[in-house]
Parts: sequence; structure tokens; C-alpha cells
Amino acid sequence: MRVIADREVCVGAGQCVLTEPDVFDQDPEDGRVLLLIAEPGKTYEDAVREACDLCPSGALSIAED
Amino acid sequence: MTQIDASELQVDEIPAFPTQRSCPFHPPGEYAEIRQGDTPVRVALPSGRVAWLITAHDQVRQVLASPHVSSDRGRDNFPIRFKQPDPEITEKFKEFRPSLIGVDPPFHTRLRRSVITEFTVRRTRELRPRVQEIVDGAVDDLLESGKDGRPVDLVAKVSLPVPSMVICELLGVPYADHDFFQDRTATLISFKRAPEDGLKAFHDLGDYFRDLVARKEKAPTDDLIGRLIVAGRENGDHDSEELVGLAQLLLIAGHETTANMISLGTVALLEDPEQLRALREDPDTLMPKAVEELLRFFTIADTVTARTATADIEVGGITIRAGEGLIASGLAANRDPHAYPEPDSLDITRNARNHVAFGYGVHQCLGQNLARLELDIVYRTLFGRVPGLTLAVPAESLSYKDEALVYGINEVPVTW
Ligand code: HEM
Ligand code: SF4
Repeated sequence: MRVIADREVCVGAGQCVLTEPDVFDQDPEDGRVLLLIAEPGKTYEDAVREACDLCPSGALSIAED
Repeated sequence: MTQIDASELQVDEIPAFPTQRSCPFHPPGEYAEIRQGDTPVRVALPSGRVAWLITAHDQVRQVLASPHVSSDRGRDNFPIRFKQPDPEITEKFKEFRPSLIGVDPPFHTRLRRSVITEFTVRRTRELRPRVQEIVDGAVDDLLESGKDGRPVDLVAKVSLPVPSMVICELLGVPYADHDFFQDRTATLISFKRAPEDGLKAFHDLGDYFRDLVARKEKAPTDDLIGRLIVAGRENGDHDSEELVGLAQLLLIAGHETTANMISLGTVALLEDPEQLRALREDPDTLMPKAVEELLRFFTIADTVTARTATADIEVGGITIRAGEGLIASGLAANRDPHAYPEPDSLDITRNARNHVAFGYGVHQCLGQNLARLELDIVYRTLFGRVPGLTLAVPAESLSYKDEALVYGINEVPVTW
């Protein structure tokens, strides 16, 4: 599972960080999303899916490969 | 697919909105009826305008995330809920330069980016010790005022002072001016106010912030307004009027909302001793969930999420035409049984995180993490330090803010 975070779309609401701080962070410089793990394993699957659903701006998606 | 053509309907055939609540803890009964159809319906607003009311959880998220909606209050069909009998005054309102909440991308994108570093999850967490101090001070004051056993108003002692002090410190606004800005904010969001009073409140706040920004431009202080001045000058895009609008919005949005959630949440938990006991026993596990559930349950900014369509949008089997207004009702969505089992019961153990009490899409609440922090600390401290806290009057007889854009309670007399 590969997570895609579009920093051009992100509005910095931080829902992803609240959901899974191991995978998502916010860049202190600009407040926008930073991926800490680009290919999170099974342990993070549920949390990553929840973050994608909660993200208000549509910045997050999952590439299944 | 049914197509409804707006021109075929006469305004007087369209049901009036808003409708009356019959219970202070629940939405007007009509919400559930309207949602059953699963299709947006047209409602007539007190301003004389007609708008589509959207009530299903998935549809509310869909329209708020759509790139084909505008938040610009100046558009002819924007669903204004305030009575605006005088077109001259409507025109005068247009003279105010809108900030974040009332502007569209790409301008919105630039403005929001200029300020999101101030509200990240990390920055907000760093405020915890200071917010705790503020809350402790407010609870000390509550306890001191009621030590003779007489009822004390929770709103005056805790609900309003806490978020007002927090947002004042963050922005760099003197808290001593709280009577002034709390009064003007209450006027602005009241449906009962005369239009000219609303206009005056806007002018007063604008003048206040123009003066404050001018002072900080001379000597920038280490607070949000000061930092934005410095950053704006570095980037070469500092604009005093833009900052005046932003600071004013942050102050208004930052205190009245959280204050109402403090009051409503406290009353709801006091009315539910079993859940309150569980929460007091294990706040670390239950408080974050309780905060989300209370936000969902009350959805105090129900109809702030209004828009005008800028292109035809298909939603729930109908087409909202470009130029038509819509209200994405957060309260109706958050009580949608397709999204939450038994939506009308307060259940602090459920996962309510996908609620839309903070909106959805690019305008989703900028201050949401700060609001969560304040609610978490206030409920913990209040219920932790005042074990005997009780309402001095029955919850049904409190005076609720049925006549305001943001729902809440005017006064909450408590004893312990
Ligand atoms: C429990 C408390 C709060 C609730 C229920 C709430 C609710 C909302 C909602 C529903 C919106 C979306 C409006 C729209 O889509 O048109 C919003 C936006 C906003 N809120 Fe909050 N809010 C709360 C607290 C705060 C606080 C504490 C602050 C400031 C520090 C704040 C600042 C803002 C701002 C600036 C926006 C506009 C964001 C944008 O347009 O990009 N809010 N809020
Ligand atoms: S939830 Fe979405 S919008 Fe918010 S910070 Fe994460 S990626 Fe950005």
C-alpha cells in the first residue's frame, strides 16, 4: 500500500496527524502534510484508510499495487 | 432522475427555514422528515431567498468538498439567513472585505496557507500547559464566587472567559477589551438584531482591529498578528486590511463557538450521570471520544456551511443549478442514521470522528485542533475539580440560543 499526499491540495487541518502520527506529520515550515512512511505496512492500513476518509481537502489517496 | 426547475415553484409553496426545535438537545423534527427523502429540498429563508437544504451525511460532504461551490456572501443567491428587508443595507454589507471563511480559491488558498502553521496539531499541543493554567484560573474564580452556596453562572465564569483569553493571547489582543468584542460578536450572529446594528457591530470591530494592526505594524509583537506582519513584509505581500479581516474573523470564530460547546457539553454530561461517571473514571481513554461525540451531537454551527453553486452539481438525484444557493446542514448530516447508528443518542464511546461539525472541504475549521484542546481541558478540569457540580435549574428551563447563527446557551446557573 502506497500513500499519496498532494501538498498542493492540503489545507493543513491536521486530521491525518490526529489519526496516525507515525505515518503523517505537518511540515513546521508551512503546516502542510508530510509523509513519514510512504509505504506503510498492514499495521497501519486501517488508520491510513481512516485518514484518507477524514481528510477534508482530498489531499490523501492510496495507490494499491 | 427527477429534475426540479426552480422557476416552476413559487416561493410561498416552499417550506420556511429554520423551523422550531421542540427539544433543546435535538434538531427540529423536520430535519429527519426532510432527510428521509434523501434528496435535497428547497427552503425559504427569512432573508426572502430560497436555498437547497442538504441533510444526508454523504451529500453534505460531497457538496462541501466540491470545487463548484462558492462561499462568497456577496453573490446574489447566497443563502443569507438574516432578515434583510433593506436592499441598501444589503449593499453596505458588501463593502466589507471578506476574510478566509467568505472567499474562494485561489485567494482562499493563499490566505489559508499564510496562517496554517499557527494551527497545526503540534503548535496547538504546545499550548496545552498555558490553556490548562487559564482553565484552572477560571475554575478557581467559579469556586470562589460560589463559595457561599449560591448558584453561579458557568457561562460568565468559564465558558466565555476561557476561549476568549486563549484566542486573545494567541492573536495578541488585550483581554481587557472582552466586554466590547463579546458584545459585538453576539450582535453579529443574532437573528433578532436589526440590520443596521449588525452593520454597526462590523464597523466597530473593523475600527478596533485597524487600530490594533496599525500599532503592531509600528512595533511587531510576538503573537499571531505580529508574526503575520513580519512574514508578510518578508514575502512582500503584507496587506493591512487583509490582516484586519483575518484577525477579526479569528477572534469572532475563536471564542463564541467554543464557549457554546463548553456550556452545552457540560449540561449534556450533567444530564447523563452514567456516562459522566464513566468519563470521570477514565478520562484519558474516553475524553477524546467524548469531545468528538459532543461536537457531533450539537453541531452548533449547523448552517454556517452555506454556499452558492458555481456550476451545475448533481446531488442526491437532483441537479443544483449554477447560481442557486445551498445550505449543507451539518446538524442534519451528523444525525443521519446511515452514518451513525442511533444518531439521536449521545454515546461517548462511539467513533464520531467523521462528523461534519467543523465542516468539510477546504474551509474545514482552521481552529479545530485548538477547539478540541480547549474542550478536553475544560471538561477534564471542571468535572475533575468540582465533583459535586450540578445544574441549579432544570436543563429544559435554561435559555437556549435559538435565535443565533451559532447554537448555545445564554446562562447556566450551577452549584456544587
Ligand atoms: C467548537 C468550536 C468550533 C466549531 C463548532 C467551529 C465550526 C466551524 C465550521 C463549521 C467552519 C466551516 C465554515 C464553512 O465551511 O463555511 C469553521 C471555519 C472556521 N473556523 Fe471554526 N469552529 C470552532 C472553533 C474555532 C476556533 C477556536 C477558531 C479560531 C481559532 C476557529 C476559526 C475558524 C476559521 C478561521 C474558519 C474559516 C476557515 C476557512 O474558511 O478556511 N473556529 N468553523
Ligand atoms: S488531513 Fe488532509 S488537509 Fe489535513 S493536513 Fe492531512 S492531508 Fe492536509
